[in-house]
Amino acid sequence: MGRVVNLAVTQNKQITINHMKAGQKGTVVEFLGGKGLARRLQSLGIRIGKKITNVSSMFMRGPVTVKVDGTQVAIGFGMAQKILVSLEDE
Amino acid sequence: MKLLLMGNPNVGKSAFFSRVTGINVIASNYPGTTVGFTRGFLKLGQQQAEVIDVPGTYTLDPTNKAEEVANEMLKDGDVIINVVDATNLERNLYLTLELLEKNTPLIVALNMWDDTKHRGITIDTKQLEQLLGVPVVPTVAATGEGIKKLISQIPRATSPPIPDRSQDERWAAVGKIAQQVQTISHHHHTCLEHLADASIKSVSGIFIAAIVISLSFFLVRLIGEGLIGYLFEPLFDGIWSPIMMKLSALLNNEGFIHEILIGKLVEGKIDFLQSFGILTTGIFIPIGAVFPYIFSFYLVLGFLEDVGYLPRFAVLLDNLMHRFGLHGYAIIPMFLGLGCNVPGIIATRVLESRKERFITATLMSIGVPCAALQAMILGLVGNFGGQYVFLVYVTLFIVWIISGVILNFTVSGFSPELLLEIPPYRLPPVRLMVSKIWMRILSFLKEAIPVVFIGIFVINILYTLKLFDYITTLTAPVVSGLLGLPEEAIGAIVIGFLRKDMAVGMLGTLALNAKQMVVGCVVLAMFFPCIASFTILVKELGFRDMLKATGIMIGASLAVGSLLNLFL
Repeated sequence: MGRVVNLAVTQNKQITINHMKAGQKGTVVEFLGGKGLARRLQSLGIRIGKKITNVSSMFMRGPVTVKVDGTQVAIGFGMAQKILVSLEDE
Repeated sequence: MKLLLMGNPNVGKSAFFSRVTGINVIASNYPGTTVGFTRGFLKLGQQQAEVIDVPGTYTLDPTNKAEEVANEMLKDGDVIINVVDATNLERNLYLTLELLEKNTPLIVALNMWDDTKHRGITIDTKQLEQLLGVPVVPTVAATGEGIKKLISQIPRATSPPIPDRSQDERWAAVGKIAQQVQTISHHHHTCLEHLADASIKSVSGIFIAAIVISLSFFLVRLIGEGLIGYLFEPLFDGIWSPIMMKLSALLNNEGFIHEILIGKLVEGKIDFLQSFGILTTGIFIPIGAVFPYIFSFYLVLGFLEDVGYLPRFAVLLDNLMHRFGLHGYAIIPMFLGLGCNVPGIIATRVLESRKERFITATLMSIGVPCAALQAMILGLVGNFGGQYVFLVYVTLFIVWIISGVILNFTVSGFSPELLLEIPPYRLPPVRLMVSKIWMRILSFLKEAIPVVFIGIFVINILYTLKLFDYITTLTAPVVSGLLGLPEEAIGAIVIGFLRKDMAVGMLGTLALNAKQMVVGCVVLAMFFPCIASFTILVKELGFRDMLKATGIMIGASLAVGSLLNLFL
């Protein structure tokens, strides 16, 4: 699949989800990892173009919990560093 | 005809299975409850159909052992009942499309239908039926709503022609379907949702975890002690003891049969902890001492499971578990292990790598005492004072942590990251909670009583044949030299192979002092797994890894036992 970038949102500030604050919203633009990573995330509903909301980031590089569609998914810190989102305007 | 219940993890397949077959299986509110499969039967018109509860899977690319099971089962299914979480349609439909590509007749159960209403989700089921080309029936497995209708629609299950798609095409198709059939209106956070969010935030999460854990321990202790003090002790002392005294008199108070059935009389009376006959101590340990704690532990665990708290605990402890080469989810099998190590070890199937499974199973066997063992520790060590009970728990906890760190460095292999769906909090349906605790109690009784009987029989034979004397001399340097226990304590260690609760019971007959009791309990907890866990370790880890795990347990228990003996 390669790196797919969602052009419509590239103008906004982009960060990986471990840097998001609780309550911040963003759109997934890129997975900075291999196919395996993308596949695991996709199967839990985290896909490029999806809107996600940060619910919490556990202290000391703990998991990042995000809300996508109706559900919450906890993502280990290392994996969270590989998910790039484009922040929504506040 | 074979019906397969398939779907994403934690969509209610097991609750569904219990509804259609009448067979109880453990259902909980976290992904990965079912790791093996259960069969049951359902009457469909004139014929019997076999129903199989398949472990949940997000896609047909398996990432762990439980999902591999799901893939295997798919081959010989005649009809698939695809259980879909209606509150999370889009993600669930991905698996639906994958399943449809397998060309097995399929019917969709839109489960958790009741939840869609208060979440502001509306789904046009007629249109969904048209787009998928298979029957779609809204259901609520927890209450039974819609189940009859679904069963009546099974004959309509079909496999419509569908193109083989690539992953991206499938996701695109799913997105399109969801957009057409589903409308989501804004809804405000409910109280439960606020609480749910608070329990995975750093500060409030730790605060809530501290409350949950201390309250759980308090409740388990309160209910367990209450049952013993107000129900089981009066029953045993007031009713069972006089009956046994009559039997003892009938047997002339002595002889081999008396020894086996009643055991020794202490000052002319039956002492349920000291006598060690099948009908005295053999009944008292499983029923009078352990059962109350089994009940209270599973009551509390069942509640935490069904509310959906455990995955939050996994998120909180993810960081700690990484030091052990694990991730946060590994805490869930450990929690189950506090009840009984057997289901705990089986639950490691949801972990992705061999390294993780090995470390989790070994750590559980070393540092996680089962409820039966804990009940005896609380009872017997507790006689010397609460500080000694505390000492046993703290020692085991430290051992658990140190062993985890060491195992992480010495076991090769890969440790994946946590990726876990966090279910919403749900109020547990009472019916499901009752049936779950009933199943667990039944499996405890079925497992414990025969083994305790056999154990007591074996002890008596060994004593009568003087075999214990032989073993005692052989092991004395280790048992009394290293561990500072009386030589006869080897009897308890040997019996520990059968059941640990009975082994602690045997320590109780040796007139140990507080320090020896602490050493004895710690060694018993860490030493060789009981026979039930041993069998499951062989099955889950394979023979070689089981040998390694057992070697680690024996080495660690002797080391820790000697240290305790030196420094206490």
